[in-house]
Amino acid sequence: MIDSFVLGVNEFSKYIIPFLLVGIPFYGLVFKKIKVYESFVEGAKDGFTIAVRIIPYLVAILVAIGMFRASGALDLLLNFLSPVLSMIGFPPENLPLALMRPLSGSGSLGLLTDLINVHGPDSLIAKIGATMFGSTETTFYVLAVYFGSVGVRKTRHALAAGLFADLVGVLSAVYICQFFFG
Amino acid sequence: MLNYIWFGMMFIGVIVGSLTGNIDAVTAAAIDMAKVAVNLAIGLIGIMALWLGVMKIAEESGLIRVIAKGLRPMTIRLFPDVPPDHPAIGSIVLNMSANILGLGNAATPLGLKAMEELQELNPNKETATNAMAMFLALNTSSVQLILPATVVALMGSLSSQIFITTIVATGMSTIAAIIAVKFLEKRKRFALIEGNNS
Repeated sequence: MIDSFVLGVNEFSKYIIPFLLVGIPFYGLVFKKIKVYESFVEGAKDGFTIAVRIIPYLVAILVAIGMFRASGALDLLLNFLSPVLSMIGFPPENLPLALMRPLSGSGSLGLLTDLINVHGPDSLIAKIGATMFGSTETTFYVLAVYFGSVGVRKTRHALAAGLFADLVGVLSAVYICQFFFG
Repeated sequence: MLNYIWFGMMFIGVIVGSLTGNIDAVTAAAIDMAKVAVNLAIGLIGIMALWLGVMKIAEESGLIRVIAKGLRPMTIRLFPDVPPDHPAIGSIVLNMSANILGLGNAATPLGLKAMEELQELNPNKETATNAMAMFLALNTSSVQLILPATVVALMGSLSSQIFITTIVATGMSTIAAIIAVKFLEKRKRFALIEGNNS
């Protein structure tokens, strides 16, 4: 039953974007008599300026992440952390994904694909990985883009809170999956 | 904090890269990623324009105000510094909805619109406000009801099994984000004062 529910929900989600793209102008044009085309163009103008404004922030963050990843420092961190984490029941196979997730969307998707291919989608490790992927975000990217778009350079506690949320998401994924499927 | 982490990642990258003989890869990564960053930003232009255009219609037709009003009881608790009728609340709600529905492409433009409106309320344009930090943390904790399409594609029919685990885990991380923001915003280290640069 849950199977068809989830597939139904994902099927439904296909319709949301086209519905919004039509539904919002429909509401404006039919109910509020708004000049929808002119409003659209007026709003769309900002797309370019915002995208260009985030470039320096994205360059800063992505270059640092790229250098860190390419150096192999992540592997050193893995070797160091694995034994510590297996003591608290954290499977070492899921650690690379957990560390990569806040840094890189494409990197973590690659690691998840690898986990599923190597261990099979039915394995606990794959399920933990998929849950982890779905419950956390690429925190550094979001931080750079969102604050960059308005030129905020002093981010205060946002990064600490975001990384803490990622940590809780990752640990929750491990323990919840072990509880459900272990 | 970002200053140390940013520098730390590059510093560790160069040191470890030198020791492991990966220094060429480190250099290549730095140059590649600078290009990737620009491509990502340029790639955002079209989708940003699309959603900002639609948002403008929603704004002028009063749709955003209606949505913001409906969720007022929740938003005044999460964002006490933002006047409940401010357009930022409408954009925040729409961004959260897009996140919940797994519409990553729509969520970013809506989120940036919200940031712009939050910035209007910010007396110190270079420093994040409490509301911005809360908004950011909610976004990075990934409130999500619908699994990412990529995960469904990879897990196939087993997706339904991780549907519930993902909701529970994402719920936990969102609660953690809210608690962390509320707790940290009062700490001296992160307090909203002139000259704070962590």
